[in-house]
Order: sequence, then structure tokens, then C-alpha cells
Amino acid sequence: MNAPLRRAGVVVIVLFGLLFANLNWIQAYKADEYRNSDYNGRVQVAEYERKRGNIEAGGTALATSKDTGGKLRFLRTYPAGAEYAHALGYKPVNLAETGIERVEDEFLAGTSDQLIGDRIKDLFTGDQTGGGNVLLSLSKKAQDAAYNQLRNNTIGVKRGAAIAIDPRTGAIQALVSMPSFDPNPLASHDSTKAAAAYNELEQDPNGPLKNRALGEVLPPGSTFKIVVAAAALEDGVGKETKIPAGPSYTAPTSGTPIRNAAASICPGDQVTLMEAVTESCNTGFAQLGVRLGADVLKEKARQFGFEQEDLTVGQLGEGGLPVAASRTGDMQNPDGGTDPAALAQSSIGQNNVRMTPLQGAMIAAAVANKDGKQMRPYLVRQLLGPDRTTSYYTAEPRELRQPISGQVAGDLRDMMVSVVENGTGRNARINGYTVGGKTGTAQSAPDRPDHGWFIGFVMDKNGTPISAVCVELEQAGPGGSAEAARIAGKIMQAVISDPGSR
Amino acid sequence: MTAAATPAASPATTGEQPGVRLARSRRNAELSLLLLAMVLVAAYGATVEATMLDTVTPDFWIPAAALGAVFLGLHLVIRFLAPFADPALLPAVALLNGLGVGFLRRLDLSDAVPAEREGLAVFAGTGGRQLAWTLVSVILAAGLLVILRDHRSVSRYAYTLGLAGIVLVMIPAVLPSRFSEINGAKLWIKFGDTFSIQPGEFAKLALLVFFAYYLVRKREVLSLASRRFLGIDFPRGRDLGPVVVVWLISLLVLVFEKDLGTSLLYFGMFVVTLYIATERVSWLIIGLVLFFGGAYLAYILGDLVGGPFANFYLRAEIWLDPFADPHNDGYQLVQGLLALGTGGLFGAGPGGGQPGLLPEVQNDFIFAGLGEEIGLFGLSALLVIYLLIVERGLRAALAVRDSFGKLVAGGLAFTLGLQVFVIVGGISKLIPLTGQTTPFLSAGGSSLMANWLLIAVLLRVSDGAHRPVTGGGGTARPSGGPPEQLHGAPTEVIRP
Repeated sequence: MNAPLRRAGVVVIVLFGLLFANLNWIQAYKADEYRNSDYNGRVQVAEYERKRGNIEAGGTALATSKDTGGKLRFLRTYPAGAEYAHALGYKPVNLAETGIERVEDEFLAGTSDQLIGDRIKDLFTGDQTGGGNVLLSLSKKAQDAAYNQLRNNTIGVKRGAAIAIDPRTGAIQALVSMPSFDPNPLASHDSTKAAAAYNELEQDPNGPLKNRALGEVLPPGSTFKIVVAAAALEDGVGKETKIPAGPSYTAPTSGTPIRNAAASICPGDQVTLMEAVTESCNTGFAQLGVRLGADVLKEKARQFGFEQEDLTVGQLGEGGLPVAASRTGDMQNPDGGTDPAALAQSSIGQNNVRMTPLQGAMIAAAVANKDGKQMRPYLVRQLLGPDRTTSYYTAEPRELRQPISGQVAGDLRDMMVSVVENGTGRNARINGYTVGGKTGTAQSAPDRPDHGWFIGFVMDKNGTPISAVCVELEQAGPGGSAEAARIAGKIMQAVISDPGSR
Repeated sequence: MTAAATPAASPATTGEQPGVRLARSRRNAELSLLLLAMVLVAAYGATVEATMLDTVTPDFWIPAAALGAVFLGLHLVIRFLAPFADPALLPAVALLNGLGVGFLRRLDLSDAVPAEREGLAVFAGTGGRQLAWTLVSVILAAGLLVILRDHRSVSRYAYTLGLAGIVLVMIPAVLPSRFSEINGAKLWIKFGDTFSIQPGEFAKLALLVFFAYYLVRKREVLSLASRRFLGIDFPRGRDLGPVVVVWLISLLVLVFEKDLGTSLLYFGMFVVTLYIATERVSWLIIGLVLFFGGAYLAYILGDLVGGPFANFYLRAEIWLDPFADPHNDGYQLVQGLLALGTGGLFGAGPGGGQPGLLPEVQNDFIFAGLGEEIGLFGLSALLVIYLLIVERGLRAALAVRDSFGKLVAGGLAFTLGLQVFVIVGGISKLIPLTGQTTPFLSAGGSSLMANWLLIAVLLRVSDGAHRPVTGGGGTARPSGGPPEQLHGAPTEVIRP
């Protein structure tokens, strides 16, 4: 019986060898992967020992850390609740952080290389200095207006977004995605509650976790006509030049006629470009687009920022919240030949044209700037050390590109102002200021309500641009673009009333 | 923590060849190793306090001293009643037991309100309860050594024990779930909310004694009568009966107690004792095929039918990809892996980890909780100590002269090793996770008592093995004479 006993001993040694090999695999080879896993609360526990820095805007703390004295010492709280959720993101215990909380994670946590001095100081003093503070460019009043006006919109739309940027600097003044969510339960130290809150949000059919202002694209409808008008102006068409219009237009290859939103819009054979923009004349722009051709339109859209895949919004360097690329889509046959039907639809912002609200605001911003330039949008205004005096970063506005010349910008400005003063965008008017804009109504799916859009800007009496805004109401139905214009007007008014934020 | 391996090294060098029996009792070696183990336990407690309280309280040594006193009592019992027992067993087990108590006390410290941490009483919380259970268990073990002066006398109660074992296994299966189910496994008898016992832990011992007795009686027929097929000797069909019965029982355990680990443990235990008794590789092959075939069948049925097999199917799915559902089904295993990974090579240091994030860290996941703090090196040392205990048990089996003693000691030692494999392999995703306790470390009286009884049996057998053939205690058989209990020590089968 001794031989099998010895073999049993060998079997045990082999089994323990397997255990040992497997522990080596987990604790040595996979150690880093597991240690840094998003599901690993341990690293965060160490992180929660240090007070995470604030995220603030206009002197108000939007994300702050409270000492609980518990196992995880500091609890991340968001005093404004859902209002800033899509800009701030959230810092959960067991999930991945999002938004500015993710982008500026190391600086907020105090582990950034920039804050190495504080860490060395801690070694000697034995103190635990907190993390750095992030100051955002958001204007409290503008954000309030955008959040409340969107949420309480008069036509009962559930989903949408609003964004406002300063045309001269690119600073984002308001950023709201509707519906929003309260980030506080997600930051709960009770991981079961946090997971439950996350699951509920994730399963919500209205998608509250989506950042519609930056990350979602929709057909822009007539707002895209500004891009087409820019291309036309550069092609030698003047704002008073007559272009072909009419009650209906059928592209040479397609039987589906394009009509105007109402019979009263450009029923004549010809209409000036100015009138076509003011009244949003579909037949005029469809024919204009077909005449200009797909290449010209796509190139113009690209110059305005379409197709850019790597734009981020945070600091003006690397990193930031990702912005989805706006697309012009196919306007040609697969073989490269012209497809006038697709081109005509694309010219009025339908077919495969897709745009983010940020892209809409950036078009308005280029038009609002006298020189036709676009500034790189940013959300982080300043990084302040834990002592709140040392500045580690201050945003220095940076030109992104110049889509149009000053001359074209001036003509477009006149036309967009005409839209608000005489045309479809009257709801956006503000007493004592010059407001320009363009409405858009985009078909979504055949059996779904249309999306409502408004892109616009406001200038003071001297013609200095103050704000460029885009409001989008998803599947808003009739009156969507008028409501979008009204909300945009309220946001711009709020920016005007908050000069300190500029 | 690598120093924990020290007690493993020194006795190994003094190991003797079976057959060349030295009439040395080596009790003093046992005593010094035991003291070393308690010093390590005290050092562990001090490190925990230094990390968690930023100070070492003046009372840090009390849990280690209390344990030391208990183990010293057992040492004295061994010194007088089993003087030739293996000197490495008690210190090795005492070290594991002491570290278990220390880690559970560490969990209590992190659960306590910071202000009350420094004043945490010795017998407070899970750690204190474990300390009390250790006292009870060691008294039981000592009692067994007192009552049982010769391991062969157990064979008289083999059938009683066999029946008791089967009853103990079956109780949780037939009880309604609310009296027997904890965390999805029906392994318990619950008395109210606070007290529960795990009868399977004791059944393990009882069944093994029965197996050993049965096999000693049947080994000739099982090992000689055979049919040759594919170059392997297979037993006759009718001799397969008991094996099939045990296989069915273990599969019933798997299905009705929803626990793969216990089932694997019983079946492995039986197959190995069968193999040791008969020296037939065919039994191992039959056993492995039956077990893995059964487990695979349960997996397929769980997928197709669900019902009683669903739990096993779920466990297998979690094992295959724990990160598929990291917040619900896979949470425990994922957190265990992350704890082990975070510990890395050296660990966060005793008291430096976050075991609070691990569900069931005081039971099934204690090895992962420890691994976060003592790292790969510390866990390797613990594995070496377990291996030492198992190999020392097998060595006693090799050295003992009677077949019954060989089977009992070999079977128990192997089962202990298998249990460590099942639970440590489970929490480290080597095999599907099952709810086994980690011997001597996990919180819980049943497991601690049963395993200390197991150690008492191993001590008794090794004492019998190393006791000088001439002279010695009155129970030793006279030199060259026939064994006193023929049924306990039948003739060895000499095979060509």
C-alpha cells in the first residue's frame, strides 16, 4: 500500500503546484491588470483617503468632497444635482468615472505630476493635502437657463440638448443634455445602491446617461443651409442674387419632390438668397446645392468642422470630453457619379447629414465672429492647486480654424439676423441686442415626429459677439424649431446678464 | 511573512526514513516550533495594529498568548499520551489557526468604529469567537487522544460511523432550504440566525473511517478479481456496487446541496482510499471519468433543463467568465481576483488591505483576503505549510504498520490537501468556485473542530507508526507477535 500512498503524495504536490502556478499568474502576471481594473474598489479606497478637489464654475462648487469618517473617508457630492451632470460626469466607487471627473481625474485626486510638490511636502509634514481644483468656463446663469428652459419646454419634448459658447474665445457657457440624471446616487459608497442607480439610468429608454450636446448626432435640417449659403456666397452668389425656387422641386433622377414647409414660402420662380435663408426656402436650397455639387458642399462642411473625429472639450491641450464627428454622408452614387436626389436632400440637411449640437453652435460662432474664425471650444478655464492660489493651467483661447472669410461671415450674419427679425427665428429676439440665427426642422423616421433645431448668436450694439448657441429638441414635432429658438433666446439673455462669466 | 515557512524547513531536515524507527519522541522540537509559531502570530497581530491603529497596544500579545496556552495544553497531552507523534503537525496547524484568528481579529478592527478599535476585547467579534472555537476544538482533539489510545480501536465503530456519516451528509439536503441554505449552498443546519453547524465537515471524518474499514476487508477481492481491457485491469461488475453508490451520493450532494466542492471532496476521498487499498490505477480512471462525466452532464442539464442543476451551471459559467457580470453573479469571484491581484508579490502588509470589499472574506474568501495583505510570497508560505501537514500525514500513513491506519491517515491527509485545493483553486479561478471552508483559517466552529479532530487522528496514527516496536505503551503489540486485532490489520497482499 505504500506505493499508492507515495503517488497520492505526488498528486497532492502536483495539485499544490497548480495552485502555486495559478497564484503566480494572478498575483504576478495579471496583478497590474487587476489592480487597475475599473471594478477594483481598493485603489479608490486609498484615493478616498485624500480630499478630492472641487469642480467649480463662477465661484460655485459643483462637485465637492465631504468627510464622512467612514471606511471610504470622503464622499463625492454634487450640490447642483442633475443640472451639471453631463459636464461634470461623476466619480463612482466601483465604476469608471466620466466627464470632467474622468478627464481631470489625476489633478482632482492630487496624483497628477503637476502636484508632485504637494505630495513631497506631505511626506515631511505628515499631512494629507487634498487634490487640485478645476474651474470650469460655464456660466451659472446660462446653465440655469438652459437646464430649466429645456426641462420645462412648452411642447413636452423629453430629449434634447443645448450648448452655448463664447464665439471670441471658445469658452463653453452652458452645456445641457436632456434628460439629465442625478450623479449623487452613482457616487454612493454603497456599491449595491450605486450599481442599482446606474442600471436604472442605463435602462431608461430616454438614455439620460448620453451626452447629447457632444456625443449624439441628428440630421440638422435647415440649419445646414448656412453651410450651403456659405458655399454659394464663395461661389459668387450675392445675398441679393436671385436663385431658382418655387413651390416644388424634383431632382432630375428622383420622383420624390421637395416642397417647402408652407405654401407661402418662396412660391415664385426666383427668390433672393437673403429671402431664401430668412424664410427657409427648401426648393431654393435644394437647387442651389445641386448646382454647387457634392464636392463643394462636403468641402465647405468640412471647413466648418464636419468630419473632425478627434475634437475634445476640456483643456485646450490633450484630453477632454470626446465630441462625436458630424457627418455629411454620401451625396453621390457609390461609383462617384452625381446623385442629384441625394444632393438635393443633403442640401436641406436631410439624407445622411448628421450634426452634434456643439457643431451647430460652432457654425453660429464662426458667423458671429467678424473674421469668420472658429475658436477651439473648451470647458476647463483654470486649474488651481489645493491652496487655491497656485495656478497650474489657465486657458488661453486658441483658433481652431477659419471656415469662412470676414466678407462671407458678414453676409451670413445679415441673413441670420434677418431670420430672427423677419423670418422663422423670431422667438429668439432680445431687446437691445442683435440676434441672428437659423431654425431647422429635420425628418427623423417616416412615422416619427420631426426634430427641432435652432442655431444662433447674439451681439451687442457694437457688433461684438457675446454668445453662440445651439438648441436641439429630439422628435419635437410641430413647433419644435420655434421652441428651440425661444429657448436659445433665453440662454443668450442669461449669458448677457452674467458678464462676470465672460 | 516568508518567515512563516521557517517551521516547515527545520523539521523536514530531521525527517527519518520509514522503517528506520528512531525511538526519539522529539517533543522538545515540537515545543520550540510551537513557540516560534506563536511568536509569528504575535508579530502578525502587532503588525496589524501598527498598520491599522498607528500604534501597537500594550495588549497586542494577548490573543497569541491565549492561543499559545491552549496549544501548550495539547502539546502536554501529546507529550504524555502520544509521545512519538509527528512533531511538525501541531506547530504547523497552530500557526495556521493562529494566523486565522489574527486575520479575523483584523477584520473586526476594520469593522469597529475608529474610536473603539484600540479597546477591542480579546474575545470580541469574529476573531474572539474563533479564539473560543479554537479552545473547544483543541479540547476535543485532546479528548480524542485521551480516549483513543490506539487508532485501530476505531474500526470497531466503523459501521456506526458510516451510518452517522451518511445521515450527517443527508440532513441538510432533506431539510427545507430555510433551515439549511446559506449563500446558495445547502450545507448547513441552522439554529436561529446566529448559530449553524456544517455537518458535512464531521461526515468527512466518519465516512473516511468507514471507507477505510470497508476497503481493508474487501481489498483482496477488489484488487485481485479483474478483467483486463485496453491494458488496464478493471474490477468485476458486482464489485463496482459500493463505488457506484458513493458516486450517486456525491452527485446527489451536488444536486441537492448545490455544492460541487463537497461532492468533489467525498468522491475524491473515496476514490483515493480505494486506490490506496487496491493499488489499481483503473479505480482512479473510473473515478475521474465518473466524476467529470457527472459534472459535465450536470452542466449540460443545467443549461438545458435548469431546476436543481441551474446552480451548478451558473457557477460553471461564472468560472468561465467572471467578468461577464462583474456586479452581480461574478461579483464575489471578481472581487477575490482583484484582491489577489492588488496584493501582488508582497501584499499591502497585514492590516494594509481592504478585505471589507470582499464578500464572505471571513469564510470562503479568507485566502483572497489574506493574499491582498501578505502577497504571493505569504500565500506561497501558507501553501507550503498546508503541504507540510498533508505530506506529514501521508508519511505517518507510510510508516504505520497496519492497513487500516494507512488508509485512515492517507485518506485524511489527502482529503485535507484536496479541500485546500478545492477552495484555494476556487477563489483563484483555477476551478469553479464552491463553498468550502479553508481548513484552520476560515471562521466557523464546525470546520475548526472537524479539522482538529482530523489532526488528532493523524497524530495518533503517527504516534502508532513511530512507537518503538519493542516495549513502549501497553497497547503496542509484542515484537514479532501477531497483531492483537486481526480485523484491523489483515495480511498484506504481496503482488508480483
